Amino acid sequence: MPSSFAPLGVAILLSALAGAHAAPLPDTLAQRVSACTVCHGKEGRAAPDGYHPRIAGKPAGYLYNQLVNFRDGRRRYGPMVYLVDHLGDDYLREIADYFAALDLPYPPPPVPNAPAALLRQGEALATQGDPARRLPACTACHGTALTGVAPAVPGLLGLPADYLKGQLGAWTNGQRRAHAPDCMADVANALRPGEAAAVATWLASRPVPQPSRAAAALPEAPPQRCGSMPP
Amino acid sequence: MIRRWVLLALALLAFFAAAVLWLNLRGEEGIPADARPIAGTPAQIERGAYLARAGNCVTCHTQRGGAPYAGGRGLATPFGTVYASNLTPDDETGLGRWSPAHFWRALHHGRSYDGRLLYPAFPYPDMTRATRADSDALYAYLRSLPAVRQANLPHALQFPYSTQAALAVWRALFFRAGVYEPEPGQSAQWNRGAYLVRGLGHCGACHGGRNFLGATPQGGLSLGGGLIPMRNWYAPSLNAVDQAGVADWSVEEIVALLRTGIAPRGSTLGPMADVVLRSTQYLNDADLRAIALFLKTLPQEGPREASAKPPDPAQRRLGALRYEKHCAGCHGENGEGGRSAAGRLLYPALARNRTVTMEPPANLVRVIVHGGFLPATEGNPRPFGMPPFAQTLDDTEIAAIATFLRSSWGAAASPVPAQEVARFRGGVAD
Repeated sequence: MPSSFAPLGVAILLSALAGAHAAPLPDTLAQRVSACTVCHGKEGRAAPDGYHPRIAGKPAGYLYNQLVNFRDGRRRYGPMVYLVDHLGDDYLREIADYFAALDLPYPPPPVPNAPAALLRQGEALATQGDPARRLPACTACHGTALTGVAPAVPGLLGLPADYLKGQLGAWTNGQRRAHAPDCMADVANALRPGEAAAVATWLASRPVPQPSRAAAALPEAPPQRCGSMPP
Repeated sequence: MIRRWVLLALALLAFFAAAVLWLNLRGEEGIPADARPIAGTPAQIERGAYLARAGNCVTCHTQRGGAPYAGGRGLATPFGTVYASNLTPDDETGLGRWSPAHFWRALHHGRSYDGRLLYPAFPYPDMTRATRADSDALYAYLRSLPAVRQANLPHALQFPYSTQAALAVWRALFFRAGVYEPEPGQSAQWNRGAYLVRGLGHCGACHGGRNFLGATPQGGLSLGGGLIPMRNWYAPSLNAVDQAGVADWSVEEIVALLRTGIAPRGSTLGPMADVVLRSTQYLNDADLRAIALFLKTLPQEGPREASAKPPDPAQRRLGALRYEKHCAGCHGENGEGGRSAAGRLLYPALARNRTVTMEPPANLVRVIVHGGFLPATEGNPRPFGMPPFAQTLDDTEIAAIATFLRSSWGAAASPVPAQEVARFRGGVAD
C-alpha cells in the first residue's frame, strides 16, 4: 500500500521546505501590535491616508481609556470595536503603554489649504477659548504646548484635520463618549457652526515639537472636571 | 349556501387556532398557587454561576459596557431586533418577582412571567433540554446578583412577526419542549457532552443554520453549519471534515481550542471568540472532555468533490502580488504560518486551512476585511491579531487574495468574485 503513505510523505516534505524558508518571527508585543499599525502607521505615527490618528507617544492613560471605550461601547468605530472586542484590561493596558512609550520625530505638517482668517479664528479658540461663552481654550487642558498632559489627556498635534473634525462631530452625536462627566462633549456641543473646522484646521497645521512627550502636569487647575482625568 | 361556506371556514379557523393553542401549551405543568421567589442554597448559586457560563447567558443579556445580566443588548434578526431582557432580581424590571417555577417555564417552555410567549432569539428551543435541577440552580444564581433597575426595551419587529399569534404558529411548527434524554447506548461522558452541546450550550443555534422562518433544522439537533443571519459569519458544520468537524482531532486539541481559543489546527475569531471568551474557557476539564468526546463522534461527511472552476489568471496574479505585500510577512511565503524561534505558532498556516477553502467563503472574507484578535483567555492572555484591511484594500483586491489562497498550495476551492466580498463584508457588529 505505498499510495497511502504518499500524502504523509508530501506533508513531511512540505513542512521541511516550509521550515527551511520561514524565518522565525519575534514573540514580542511589537509583533503583536502589527495588527494596529496597518491603519495607524508604522510604529503608530499616523498613516498617510489623512484620517487615522497617531497613537505613538500619546499618554498611556488616554490610550488605555480609548481602547476600553471602544470595547465597552462608549466609542463607536466599527474597525476598532472588532479589533479589541475580545481583549482583557491587562493586555489593553500593555498595548497602551507600548505606544505611549514611543517618542518619534514627526515630519512637518502639510501646509494648510485654508484662508488665513480661518486659521486665526482657530488659533484664537485653541489658545484663548471664548471667555464670554465660558468656552475653555484647548491649551487649558491639553497643555500649553498642546502635547497632552499625563496620564490621560491626549496631545492634539500631529493629527489629521479630518480626524479632529470627525471627533468633535462624534462628540455631538453620541458616537464618541468618555467617562462621565464627559467634558469634551460639553466643549464640542458648545462650539458654533464652523468653529470645529477652524480649530481642527489650525491644530493640524502646527508642527509636532520635539520631544513630543505629554506634560507631567498642568500649570493651573483645569477649567472643568473630566471623568477620564484622575481627580 | 354562502352561509354554509362561512360556517365551514369559521370551523376550520377555530380548529386551527385550537390546535396552535394546544401545541403551545402541551406539557406545561402550570405555576403552583404558592410559587414565590426564593433564595437558593450556596451550592445551587455556585452551580448556577457555572451553568450560566456554560450557557453564555451574559453575552446577550448585557449591553456593551453595561451592568452584567441587566439586558438591553439588541439581537438583530431578519425579522427585526429582539432586545435581551434584564435577568437581575429587580422587582420592577428584572426577575425580582419570579419564582423557580416561572423561571423553569421560561427556560423550558419559552413563556414569560406574564404568560407571554418568548421569541426564540432566546434559545429556549435548545435550553429546554436542561434539567429542572439545572434550571433551579441558574435561577438561584441570577437571584444572587445585585438588582439593577433597567427597563427592558420593546422589541422592534416587523409585522406579522411582532404578534403573539405569529409566534404561537411558529412554536406550533418548530418548538417541542423536552429535557435531554440520555442515549442508552452511549457512555455517561458522551451523554454529558451531548447534554451541554444540545442544551445550555445551544451550539446548534449558530452551527445548525436556520430556515427562512428562523428555525433550526432537524428539531434543533443539526450541527451542519449555517450563515449567522445579519452578522454574516458562517458557523461551520461540525459534521464535515472540510469544515469544523473534529473527528480526527485529539480530545486534547479540542479542549485546548475551547479553553484557550487556540489549538494546533485551528483558532477562534468572530462569534466563536465570544463563546470561548465568556463561556467555554470557564468549563471544567471533565465537561470540556465530555464535549470533545461527543463532537468527535458526530457523523462526518467526506470532503466535497472539488468541482471548482479554475481562477482567472489575472485575478490570481493580483492576489499573489497582494499576498506577497500584505500577508506573507506573517503567514509565510508558502502559507506555512508564522512561528517564533521557539516553535510557537504565532500566525496560522493558510495552506491546508479549512477556513480558507470553506464554502461559503464568508469567514475568509470577514477575517481579511475586519481582522481581529483571538480571545484573550487565561491560557492565551496576550493573543496575536490580524489587522483589518477594510481601509487598505478594496473588494477587488480582497477577492483576489481570497482566490489566490483558495487555489494555492494544493487547494482547489472556487474563486471569490468581488461581489462575494461585498456581500460578506457587511453585517451587524453587535
